[in-house]
Amino acid sequence: MRIEAKDLEFGYNNNNNKNINNKNINKNNNKNKNKNIISRLSLTVDSHERTALIGPSGCGKSTLSHILAGNLKPQSGQVLIDNKPLPKHGFCPVQLICQHPEKAINPRWKLGKTLTEAWSPDAQFLEAMGIEKAWLNRYPVELSGGELQRFCIARALAPQTSFIIADEMSTMLDMITQAQIWQALLRIADERGLGLIAVTHSMELAKRVCSRVIEFESLME
Amino acid sequence: MLEVKNLSLFFRMYDRAFKRQDLKVISNLNIIARPGEIIAVAGSSGSGKSLLAHAILGILPKNAFMSGEMLWQKNPLTIKIQKRLRGKEFALVPQSVTYLDPLMKVGRQVSRSKDTTLNLFRRYQLDESAASLFPHELSGGMARRTLLGAALAGNPKLVIADEPTPGLSQDLAENAMAHLREMANNGAAVLLITHDIDLALRFADRIAVFYAGTTVETANAQDFANESHLRHPYSKALWRAMPQNGFEPAPGTQPYAGALPQGCLYAPRCPFATPLCINAQPESRHLRGGEVSCNHAD
Amino acid sequence: MSNRTSAAISASATLAIILAIYIAGALLPESALRANFSQKGLPPSFEHLFGTDFLGRDMFVRTCKGLSLSLSIGAVASAISAFIALAVGLAAALGSEFVDYAINWFIDVFMSVPHTVLIILISIALSRGAFGMMAGVAVTHWVSLARVIRGEVMQIRSQQYIAASRRFGKSSLWIARHHMLPHLMPQFFVGLILLFPHAILHESGLTFLGFGLPPEQPAVGVILSEAMKYISAGAIWLAVFPGLSLVVLVLLIDTLGHSARRLLAPREAQL
Repeated sequence: MRIEAKDLEFGYNNNNNKNINNKNINKNNNKNKNKNIISRLSLTVDSHERTALIGPSGCGKSTLSHILAGNLKPQSGQVLIDNKPLPKHGFCPVQLICQHPEKAINPRWKLGKTLTEAWSPDAQFLEAMGIEKAWLNRYPVELSGGELQRFCIARALAPQTSFIIADEMSTMLDMITQAQIWQALLRIADERGLGLIAVTHSMELAKRVCSRVIEFESLME
Repeated sequence: MLEVKNLSLFFRMYDRAFKRQDLKVISNLNIIARPGEIIAVAGSSGSGKSLLAHAILGILPKNAFMSGEMLWQKNPLTIKIQKRLRGKEFALVPQSVTYLDPLMKVGRQVSRSKDTTLNLFRRYQLDESAASLFPHELSGGMARRTLLGAALAGNPKLVIADEPTPGLSQDLAENAMAHLREMANNGAAVLLITHDIDLALRFADRIAVFYAGTTVETANAQDFANESHLRHPYSKALWRAMPQNGFEPAPGTQPYAGALPQGCLYAPRCPFATPLCINAQPESRHLRGGEVSCNHAD
Repeated sequence: MSNRTSAAISASATLAIILAIYIAGALLPESALRANFSQKGLPPSFEHLFGTDFLGRDMFVRTCKGLSLSLSIGAVASAISAFIALAVGLAAALGSEFVDYAINWFIDVFMSVPHTVLIILISIALSRGAFGMMAGVAVTHWVSLARVIRGEVMQIRSQQYIAASRRFGKSSLWIARHHMLPHLMPQFFVGLILLFPHAILHESGLTFLGFGLPPEQPAVGVILSEAMKYISAGAIWLAVFPGLSLVVLVLLIDTLGHSARRLLAPREAQL
């Protein structure tokens, strides 16, 4: 499988974009009101390689992740998966794992419900992800960020998923938890032949988990 | 100099069913911030590090209860003294933009005097016109620079920087850290609270390794060059899990603040744990130029 | 005593008193309202707590009946109103930009018309009576709650977990039902309770003016308008006690609403 982004344009100051309320995206480009964060960006990633997108914070990596996952619509350009546009309805084959798991989980749901929102993983899968049975009956405030992030990853690894975008998913975690969740994700991604795009600011991490490292800035003409 | 000894802090919370629950977010924490030095408290986010900052400044919420000792220049830090010092000798660089008053223009919030405001704006590459904007009109990065500017405008003796860099671009983050370094060189004690151990290693003199609400070890930044220089089994595990050093995770997770083990907080995951560790939390002791709370460290 | 415990105590106490008033009014026999000319025009005493009127009816019994009736009308009217608010608020926040614009315009228009006039018109158009009254109050009172709900939904809609849910292929309806409704329930219930006093006061006010319930109903508005004739004759108890009871009931419901808000407000974990 292959994901392809062609000539993407995206800026937060254009009035024609309705999705601007998504506050969780860095919008660090107010210096230049007319310049888009993402301009003429093209990228092709195959599912047999693990790709790292690396760049300093505030450069637009998160915005690109949201566009690739279909959360944001680019002002122009398109995202194709196997030469077809992302589906408008139904399960999205590109799943996104964000930096702040506590924001990506409904605080009013017990975690069991969160986990099964996308699919119903079996006990063996939960063990591989390091999710303990007892957590399923708890509310998100009762778990740490690392524990919640395991749920976000497990949820995203549904059978219909073919690409995972990990947007700074371990940035807020300690090194041990970071290594734990990456090892778990990589093992499952390898088993299933999933494509992986790791978005990170850490070169060390990129080199460790990915086979190909791309500088974000080099994507734009 | 700021000394925090055996600080414990818990929150009293209520469930849906009115069941009272005490969440112990900080237990027996020890830390010393010396003038001229940046000490980093490094640990995963959401583990209660920010509360340490709030405890020192005396801005905890009502349902927080505290025990232990805090000394500032050898005198106990009472609420009255905290009130007098914060904003003057104590400065906080807060974590989030919500610390800015949404109804006041940015310039007025930062300002002490006109010259220093302009200097600070220039220093953080903020447009002078930004002074007449309201906080919601700023981008994330600009807001963060404003917070830095507001906190460092006076001449504080203790700077507490709570995650000062996320959302800043590389050079602005470096700039902010350089400013903290400069404040330390001018004799301020800087307490840097961060989840980013790489950042801590690059800019701090000493690192306090934070685990489940306590500091298990205080090490010099150079100690992280080699696993054998570290003291606590958790710090060593942390070292081994870094992407540049093997990426090998130790099993287990940090305990939940509502269900902490009785003894050493790391004992359930520690390969060296003995009954001694399980029964009581080890005292902090000096070891090879640092401090460690472990019965087995040598 | 924690904030929550005191809120819980105050909520249950006020709820108990309100229920007691309702049940007392509903259980008191009709016979107690029969005219008894040997007892007419008596000032308050232990036998007749609120005195008697000029047909010799016990004013305490009449007031209880009246408040009970007010409560039922208020309950139905504010429930209908709150449901309209929920539907409109959800539609505004989840529908297209045009729907949102249209609804907001409509809300502005509604707010600019004095609603007492609107209630009178609706009530008269529907031939007065309890039904006209309820319809009038229900149709005019959803606007502010609808705004609150719209705002809440807008805020939840931008959450990452909603975006995630969409990527899992969940429909808008599913998301509204599972993610949004549970979040809106506290706001909805508090809003509903706080609509109550409005409904009751409008009901009594309009009945007093003669646009609401017919004079044969035991309503507080009817009692007060009858009492007007006798106040100049010195029988002030006819107006004072029923009027005060109405005020007390309204304050009780208001207290209940505010305690409910303190209880239902989402628990903030300060970590």
